[in-house]
Amino acid sequence: MSNTKELDILLEANKINKKFGNFTANKDIDISILKGEIHALLGENGAGKSTLVKILYGILKPESGTIKINNEEITISSPNVARKNGIGMVFQHFSLFPALTVAENILIALDQKIKFKDLILRIKELSTEWELFIDPLKIVSELSVGEQQRVEIIRCLMQNPKLLIMDEPTSVLTPQEIENLFKILKRLASSGCSILYISHKLEEIIELANKVTILKSGKSIATIDAKNTTTKYLAETMVGKEITTLKKVQSKNLSKGIALEIRNLNKANTSDFGISLTNINVTVNYGEILGIAGIAGNGQTELMEILSGETICDKEDQIFLDGVPIGFEDITKRRKLGIETIPEERTLHATVPNLKINENTFLTYFPKYNQNRSFIGKILNNPENSLVESEQIIKENDVRCPEPNPMASQLSGGNLQKFILGRSLANNPKVAIFSQPTWGVDIGAATTIRQKLLNLSQTGKAVILISQDLEEIFQLSDKIAVLNNGNLSEVLSANDISAANVGLLMGGNSKSQNDQEESK
Amino acid sequence: MITFTPRDKVSNYWTLIGPILSIILTVIFGLLIFTFLGFDPAETLYQIFISPFSRIDRVSDIFVKACPLIIVGIGLMFCFKANVWNIGAEGQFIMGTLLAGAFALLFPNVETKLLIICMLFIGFIGGALWAFIPAILKTRLNVNEILVSLMLVYVAMLFIDFIVRGPLRDPMSFGFPLSKPYPEGALINKISFPGIGYLGQLHYGILFIIFLIPLTWIFINKTLGGFKINVLGSAPKAARFAGFSKDKITMTVLLLSGGLAGVAGVIEVSANIGQLQPEVSFGYGFTAIIVAFLGRLSPVGILFAGVIIATVKLGADNAQMTMGIPKVVTGLFEGILLFFLLTGETLQKYKIKWSWNK
Amino acid sequence: MESLILTIIATSIPLLMAAIGELVTEKSGVLNLGVEGMMLSGAVGALGAVLWLENPYFGIIAGAMSGLFMACIFSVFTINFMTNQVATGLGLTIFATGLTGLAGAPLVGKTIPSLPKIEIFLLSDIPFIGNILFKQDLVAYLSIGIIILITYFLKYSKPGIILRAVGDNHTSAHSVGYPVKKIRWYATCFGGMCAGVGGAYIPLVLTPHWSEGMTAGRGWIALALVVFASWIPWRIIVGALIFGGITIAQLVGQARGWAIPSQILSMMPYLATIIALTIISSRISKNNSVVPASLGKPFFDTQ
Repeated sequence: MSNTKELDILLEANKINKKFGNFTANKDIDISILKGEIHALLGENGAGKSTLVKILYGILKPESGTIKINNEEITISSPNVARKNGIGMVFQHFSLFPALTVAENILIALDQKIKFKDLILRIKELSTEWELFIDPLKIVSELSVGEQQRVEIIRCLMQNPKLLIMDEPTSVLTPQEIENLFKILKRLASSGCSILYISHKLEEIIELANKVTILKSGKSIATIDAKNTTTKYLAETMVGKEITTLKKVQSKNLSKGIALEIRNLNKANTSDFGISLTNINVTVNYGEILGIAGIAGNGQTELMEILSGETICDKEDQIFLDGVPIGFEDITKRRKLGIETIPEERTLHATVPNLKINENTFLTYFPKYNQNRSFIGKILNNPENSLVESEQIIKENDVRCPEPNPMASQLSGGNLQKFILGRSLANNPKVAIFSQPTWGVDIGAATTIRQKLLNLSQTGKAVILISQDLEEIFQLSDKIAVLNNGNLSEVLSANDISAANVGLLMGGNSKSQNDQEESK
Repeated sequence: MITFTPRDKVSNYWTLIGPILSIILTVIFGLLIFTFLGFDPAETLYQIFISPFSRIDRVSDIFVKACPLIIVGIGLMFCFKANVWNIGAEGQFIMGTLLAGAFALLFPNVETKLLIICMLFIGFIGGALWAFIPAILKTRLNVNEILVSLMLVYVAMLFIDFIVRGPLRDPMSFGFPLSKPYPEGALINKISFPGIGYLGQLHYGILFIIFLIPLTWIFINKTLGGFKINVLGSAPKAARFAGFSKDKITMTVLLLSGGLAGVAGVIEVSANIGQLQPEVSFGYGFTAIIVAFLGRLSPVGILFAGVIIATVKLGADNAQMTMGIPKVVTGLFEGILLFFLLTGETLQKYKIKWSWNK
Repeated sequence: MESLILTIIATSIPLLMAAIGELVTEKSGVLNLGVEGMMLSGAVGALGAVLWLENPYFGIIAGAMSGLFMACIFSVFTINFMTNQVATGLGLTIFATGLTGLAGAPLVGKTIPSLPKIEIFLLSDIPFIGNILFKQDLVAYLSIGIIILITYFLKYSKPGIILRAVGDNHTSAHSVGYPVKKIRWYATCFGGMCAGVGGAYIPLVLTPHWSEGMTAGRGWIALALVVFASWIPWRIIVGALIFGGITIAQLVGQARGWAIPSQILSMMPYLATIIALTIISSRISKNNSVVPASLGKPFFDTQ
């Protein structure tokens, strides 16, 4: 393959370097993309994939390095320049404007002048041609995540791109949607458009790509032919060591009584961007993991909040713990009863970034210190009380800290998650509820976290796992249900349901939720 | 070109150096403006920053002036820490004063100082009630507390004007809009130091601050309540996760700050004026916002900030008398100071890098 | 009756100008609470310019420039230095109160000529309506023109869509390649100019001489008007007229010697603002999509 003619190379980047403060995101990265090729970019979280493509799309400026398109050196100073040179990009978290219509969203990323009527026409043309059906006059916030991605793709296709960059496009799609997407991408490639495809999902890459470049800690460590490789080889190259597999031992001699029961749970949404939960019925037994699959924005946040007690049920008899109704109990009370929740957002929800670890421990531990204390002792209940326990959590969970008792913001994502998990599990809960526990965490930490979940169920705890990672759901769960637009599907045993079935349940016309920070 | 890169940890260095640098920069900018407007910079500098320290009685007047600023500033600190924007302390100050004053005038002949103690409580209630309006609207109906609390300042100003010109006007006041003088029991006396006598206007109201500062410090740093306020201000979702009620905290900080503003009003009027008049506050409620920020939202910081701002206020009074500079210029200094202080906060969170090429 | 309506219109113009400017600023995601300060500087700038150049039209320009100057200060700190927008806006008002007090001191006691009325050919001869709508001053026509223009601009023009996009999701706008900070600068400056003109209108038409803090909270009411209008331009006209009406009603009440004390009547506009805010806010909290999603959030761009 080394004798590719220069003519076949569409884009060539040499010695790309990028630093954020002291952190090196990209170090001397070389990559070359051929015309009509699907080129995958593989790497763990934090390996530098997103940084590299943002440089190619002109959002970030590299410290040094050259980029050539059609053998001509160019400086991509902004996304407009990238688009003029035929580069389009579909973002992982999208670059859409929820309050604007589809057409306005597309118009905004269009550099040439066009009449509004022609624009609508052109969108309709493209959506029929590529089977990306979309109503140009709809407001984006009303679209499902899958539909939003179509808007992003059409937006790129409007420019007749020569290179389409896709950043983790499948993380928000159902298996059926993924299949459709792959068809489109293959068709695009055969029509001559190159595709730079970023992913950390190995099967996908082998199925789709011609070539794969692997990044690790900001460096490009290998470029190989994707057709002649295995997932095992890719995984080990990406991580740099052998991957430990999960040990799933069937628990024995454990009473499998009902731990948590949700009965006819309804909750109307409180804001425009929220989802209403409708008629949810499910039970979790002790020693069992219930996996709740579904694409983010289908009511996961709302379900999580109502289970944790952050929002309180409308009726008391909608949630039962050990047969006792707890619908009116708040989060502090539920924690005391043995329900621990690990929310999806690690910073600003599960922890406060500018507070120290002991203060973050105190955040959920404070009621403990009020017991058996005098009146004055209760008033003077402060974070110093949790110094010992926070140190213990750090030690027992291998949380790596840059200094003793650091601020939460100083921990890496994986270490912070280990702390959060440790904080909850040290309370010895009866029921543990996790939302996207390994999202954005590197493989090593993810394996540790998953193993912890399994261990929990094996020691007789009830576990609910809310995740959009189907692989994770199937790996861990005993039974599976799917959340779609605030409805929970029938619960099925993990052995009786296929990924395709789950995928079908995940689809349907779901309303999207904007992953914006809460206003104010 | 300036570029910022986020720090993973708030810089302690900038937390300390920020306010000091801000003050220095403010002085420089202020002098530039005065020079530009044709005033002698050296003379203004002397009048505003040095003259208040020129005599011992003047120095004690600084503390008298700082007293209401510090009390209101401490109250606002609770709000700002919780990310609740009460900017109507001026109105709460007035209403507290008014309610306590009206109470005092019910007992025209009382001499016991129990009366002033009662007035402090009533002043707290008056200020808290005025703050209750934005608080209840914010927590129940999500109405912006900034605009409501500010609108209520205008209402309070008009209301006290109405009261001292109408129902509470002293018939002996020769047509001036003044209430009857407070009874002896409602007045706060000047402190007479043994062997020295009075030091300017220094009065017993200062004692309140001596209690307030350590109490506040303990509350913020050593109690669950202080922790709750801190968490709500830094991460509202985390506060909910911890089970802290946002509405309760919002209500508490607003009532607390309104109440303290009311107390400040009572002390100010009972110590320095001795009767109700249309104007009782002279912008203390607004200036206290700057004091709270300059004090970095910490009780000890606010103590120093109050003294510094009071100095400038007195200095501006002197400058008006000797140089004819309108005393509203303090606003100019306060504004610039706030801008720099806020920039300092950015520098706590971000590293700054200058580069001259492009 | 006719003169009553004319006074109501005149009273509402400063609110109208300041509010439409702030609406554009807020649509771009910037919350500038310094409207009161920008209006004050507009007023003092206009007074100074008219006294110096003896032509009321220069007052409008000077007002716009003074407001612009204030908006620039605000932009440097909030947009470039990423300071807290609420606190900086407050600071701007405090700063402007001081600065205008200083600059206005030499102007005390001097009176300026009023802005002339412009009769529109033929239309002004229509009975009643002609006098009310077509015998107005330049700023009145201008304010209506701006409202119409802004309505069109935000809804149909590409720059307007971009402006809304920046206020909706600044991260996306940055990824698509728009200079978020620059766009916010423009929007804030436009807001400052409008507030400046609104402030200038007060000495130019309403009270022709300087007094400290002469805007008397109009800037804050303008801020409330934007919320009242749910960020829809034409609704500002309705809101401004209502507030103008309330202000005039209490003046009329005072003149006719109603039994209610004048101070209580003077509270009406402020109380009305609180009531209006309460009604609108409880509606908005159920339907929060009308609020620009990035409003008040500082934008940090990695490069």
